[in-house]
Amino acid sequence: MAVIADRLGGRRIAVTGATGFVGTALVERLLRGAPDCSLVLLVRDGRRTSAARRTEREILANDAFDRLRESMAGGGETFEEMCSRRITTISGDVGMDGLGLNDEGREIMRTVDTIIHSAATVSFDSPLDQAVEINLLGPTRIARLCHDLGITPHLVAVSTCYVAGNRRGTAPEELVSEGPFDIGLDWRREVESSRRLRGDTEADSRRPERLSEFRRRARSELGAAGAPALAAKTEQIRERWVRDQLVTAGRSRAASVGWPDAYAFTKALGEQALVESRGDVPVSIVRPSIIESAWAEPRPGWIRGFRMAEPVIISYARGLLREFPGVPEGTIDVIPVDLVVAAIIAVAAAGPESAPFISHVASGGVNPLRYRTLVDHVSAWFTAHPLYDNEGQPIVVPEWRFPGRGKVQTQLSRAKTLIARAESVLQALPLRGERAELSATLETRRMEVERALEYVELYGLYTECEAIYQVDNLLSLWEQLDDADRNAFCFDPRVVDWSHYVNEIHLPSIIQHARVKTTPGRSRTGDRSSRLRSQVLDAKRQVAAFDLENTLIASNVVESYSWLATRRLDPMERLRYTARTLAETPGLLRMDRRDRTDFLRHFYRRYEDAPIEQIETDVDAMLTGLILRKSFPEGIRRVREHRAAGHRTVLITGALEFNVAGLKPLFDEIVAAKMSVRADGTLSGEMVAVPPTGEARAQILADYCDAEGFRLDECVAYADSSSDLPLFEAVGFPVAVNPETRLAAIARKRGWLVEHWGTSRGFSKPLLPIGPVLSEAERRRTFR
Amino acid sequence: MPRPGFVLDVDRSTPPMLFWHGEKFSLERLPADRSRVIYPPEPIAGIRDVSAAIDHALEHPLDMDPLRALLRPGMVLTICFDDVSLSLPKMRRPDSRQRVIEAVLDLAAEAGVDDVHIIAALGLHRRMHDHELRHVLGDRIVDAFGPTGALYQHDAEDYENLTVVGTTDHGEVLEINRRVAESDLVVYANVNQVAMDGGWKSLVTGVASYRCLSHHHNPESLRNTRSLMDRHHSALHHSIWRLGAVLRDHGPKVFQIETTINTDAFPSPFDFLSRREWEWTARDRATYLATSKALSRMPRSMARKIFHSIEAPYAMTGIHAGFTESVHERTLADVYQQHLVEVEGQTDILTMGVPFISPYNPDSIMNPILVMCMGLGYMFNMYRGKPLVREGGVVIMTHPTYRDFNPVHHPSYIDFFDEVLADTTDPVVMSEKWERKYAEDEWYRHLYRTGNAYHGVHPFYAWYWGAHGQQWAGRVIIVGGDAATVRRLGFTPASTMNDALELASDVVGRSPTITHLHVPSVLVADVV
Repeated sequence: MAVIADRLGGRRIAVTGATGFVGTALVERLLRGAPDCSLVLLVRDGRRTSAARRTEREILANDAFDRLRESMAGGGETFEEMCSRRITTISGDVGMDGLGLNDEGREIMRTVDTIIHSAATVSFDSPLDQAVEINLLGPTRIARLCHDLGITPHLVAVSTCYVAGNRRGTAPEELVSEGPFDIGLDWRREVESSRRLRGDTEADSRRPERLSEFRRRARSELGAAGAPALAAKTEQIRERWVRDQLVTAGRSRAASVGWPDAYAFTKALGEQALVESRGDVPVSIVRPSIIESAWAEPRPGWIRGFRMAEPVIISYARGLLREFPGVPEGTIDVIPVDLVVAAIIAVAAAGPESAPFISHVASGGVNPLRYRTLVDHVSAWFTAHPLYDNEGQPIVVPEWRFPGRGKVQTQLSRAKTLIARAESVLQALPLRGERAELSATLETRRMEVERALEYVELYGLYTECEAIYQVDNLLSLWEQLDDADRNAFCFDPRVVDWSHYVNEIHLPSIIQHARVKTTPGRSRTGDRSSRLRSQVLDAKRQVAAFDLENTLIASNVVESYSWLATRRLDPMERLRYTARTLAETPGLLRMDRRDRTDFLRHFYRRYEDAPIEQIETDVDAMLTGLILRKSFPEGIRRVREHRAAGHRTVLITGALEFNVAGLKPLFDEIVAAKMSVRADGTLSGEMVAVPPTGEARAQILADYCDAEGFRLDECVAYADSSSDLPLFEAVGFPVAVNPETRLAAIARKRGWLVEHWGTSRGFSKPLLPIGPVLSEAERRRTFR
Repeated sequence: MPRPGFVLDVDRSTPPMLFWHGEKFSLERLPADRSRVIYPPEPIAGIRDVSAAIDHALEHPLDMDPLRALLRPGMVLTICFDDVSLSLPKMRRPDSRQRVIEAVLDLAAEAGVDDVHIIAALGLHRRMHDHELRHVLGDRIVDAFGPTGALYQHDAEDYENLTVVGTTDHGEVLEINRRVAESDLVVYANVNQVAMDGGWKSLVTGVASYRCLSHHHNPESLRNTRSLMDRHHSALHHSIWRLGAVLRDHGPKVFQIETTINTDAFPSPFDFLSRREWEWTARDRATYLATSKALSRMPRSMARKIFHSIEAPYAMTGIHAGFTESVHERTLADVYQQHLVEVEGQTDILTMGVPFISPYNPDSIMNPILVMCMGLGYMFNMYRGKPLVREGGVVIMTHPTYRDFNPVHHPSYIDFFDEVLADTTDPVVMSEKWERKYAEDEWYRHLYRTGNAYHGVHPFYAWYWGAHGQQWAGRVIIVGGDAATVRRLGFTPASTMNDALELASDVVGRSPTITHLHVPSVLVADVV
């Protein structure tokens, strides 16, 4: 006789946090195991998606439901029909008073019999105020809503064993505030101060010296990317800073009052607050320990998201994390998710009358997994099934020596400092192309070390935790079940065979999830580039925009000017010109780095008084004399491949229009700097409009697409510098060509196509870009 | 008295042989008792009084009235001349074309001819740079005709200035430069360095359109050109002579002036190049050592610069003017007198050192396609009768075969290498699948017409040039080349001559006969 399913029959159960790991498993289990209940899911609206749509996409589309879906195939009612009959989604947010419900939502809530509250911010490094709003105040808000609505449903709140805090020895199933170690914290004061801290930190982040520091960091990360991009980056850095401050605040506050982190701390106060404010709403609390992949239901190894132990294990397998602190004979309290879900359902089914007030769902007391056993299993498993590095070589996992936490932290911090220093040296060098990639590699390496350091700081306490969580209440609930229920809703931690679980279920599952390289042979990054390349050249693309300097030719405006300026000089004058220009170079470079537009304006003044007729004669020769010599043949070919694919080709360059006239046959449109010509046929040295550089390029391309009826997300953009970031961000298909250090790092992070194009080999490049010596007659030719 | 060419049988006392290796040299010892070396004849003596010879040729032309009699006031006169692909290396100034054209212009001025155009007959070759025009024509002509627009280069893509003269009985359309077609008199001044040059080929290829050139510049006719140096057994030349007949019957009057030069190609520091190895003096050996050490230490671009700046002290060995066909027979006799070496029988392996230059890279880079063209196109074709190597034999070339290209001169070669050769090395397949795309490409057309680039289709022609050799040889091995590049060409890379001979043994057995074509200097083997 299936008592649980029977008791739940006809009940209306509200679930919060259904999009999470436990929530998804819970919804699946209720739909499958208790066919006569109906569900109300409280889901937050996404930024662009409605709550109902999120239910479909983020809950019901999960592979957890595959089993149910398959079992219903061919039956009378389809899975979708069953879902729409039994599930009602209401939009709400436990972080808001009244759960942010509208009238309709409130009416629906009025009809529920049971509320299972599993919404939480489980991340161990949430900002303090966020953890407080959701973990501490969430349950209380639900209780208050019930008071408002005048209902008294059974409220099952999911908490965590770790509310017991940093302690050794047994932890009973009772409220912390009622135990011997209570230090009498007032949760209201904590709420108030965390809110004030948020305000203070926000204000602090806006102080001028902070803002200028953020600006400096944004500039060093992006280079001369233009004002809007710089502003966006600065704001992003400011927000990240505020967040980091609040995360640190959470961690220190938790540590100061005896909890491992803000999560456990706010959860503990949340329980206390709920009990104080529950009124006549009956409450049961379920406290799982570390929840990991499923033992059996809906299938062995089912997991959602990348959880706490996984990144640590994967980092270890990749040889990244060589040490992880922990006590070898300590217990690592892991519990499969299906056991947690079954326990929650059993508590809900038992109802307020017979359910225990607090139940631990943990393995440490009755079926402990020793830390050393876990480590032995993991290292044996990865020795037998190694991951492979990019060269296709197996990675040998390091031997685990159970060092203290301090030692590991010191090691990692030292590595981090070293890499960061090397990185800053590389950043300062004017590198391009493949050499710039080295710095991107270093950055990846540094981020990996940083992450490892974070894991150690965050999770180290959990592996060192020596508390044993009692499960007396849970087991007495278990004793009441008959065999049918025990089969359908197994939550007895004693059933888990750890060796089988780690080797056959958990590790294979997370390896699959982590999408790491598990086969030998070279990495397929080459394939990735050619895949991106074929996307870029796909007939569906509409426009290909190209920068000129260092993207298609290895030259710049100074070179083309020098070439033109020296063309008609005799050897002695050339010498003088060269000496003068070399002397000016550092100044010009400095100006260019500061602001491209100012530099161009300043530099182009030199064309003043040049007869346009002479310039036009000479630029014809410049195509072969300078531009083609310095061109990247692969780049030129790419332009033509775009044309052949039916795309429009656009050249956007800060070079002067007449200097790029020779490239006209390659492009449908050339957007270049324009200089006005005086009535007497000489150049004025003044620009007609702002030269197209930096963020102006993104706008130019957007305007072009607008006018011609193209879509920016079907555009391809080729450029070489981080000052082109706005352009890259505007288009659907950015391609970084011979990127300098900063851009190389950004391109790698975002998965952009990177091309390394070079000038034709074996070709002697003149050291100085000066025109060839002309014959006497040609030199003396006068224009105008 | 210059010595004739001869064939040396290699024995154990024979010193190692000199091989060109691009911008370097190497000495290779050939297996004794089964190898032979063909030495070219020594340079024959030149004409002593060149000006008098020119005047004589213009006054006493073959089967035509003297030039003086053909000139009259008010007539349209066009002078065409060979481009930089001749001579190799370039001639020491004054170039024979300059001397001939100056003489013609003097006569024209005397006769009061005003309407004179001078056209570089470059076919689909690259336009010449200003300094090259000055080198070939001299400053006087360039400064007088350049600024007025009367000196220019033929443009095979300028359809407004091309016109159809007629069609041969084989359906070949003669489409040439309109100015040439509509002139009262066309004077052509050429240089015949090898037997392939001159005759109707001068005008019919030099001022033709792409459409016209494709009648004979295709895999079919080049596979049946046996050889390029023997116009009577060349499908290419047959087609050209048919087109020439159309020009003769329906086109303007042509006054052809052909000059021949001897093989004195290298100035004094490179004397050892034209000496026979066993006759090297201590000084030659020292120069060889010093030169080859220096060349192998310096960057390629510098070595290239040195070689391309060589100006050859050629001497003019003959000048004939008048009716093209009569003139050319005399010219051929002069050329053969300098080049022919009688050789008995074919060989299993032909070895040759490929130099830094081919007709398509004066002052430029010898890219991999040109290595193929020079080796299998030109050097393989240096025969009359039958090829030096037996059918199915092995050709071994020495050249560094680097993957270098000149982006100004050879833009379509770069894409040809990356795109076409990655797909096929078969001339027939590429002509059907790829040729049109390159021939009609807008960007190549732009660079050919306004820059200094070879026409887009030119790499195909360069490749077809080797079609006969490619089909004939059982294997082609390049010694000392970049392996990946050599493979892309469809050839076998080897690191040393011994490795190459080892690799060749798969095809020709363990003790093959070997013939070495001794270059520098040019020879045509008369294989009997």
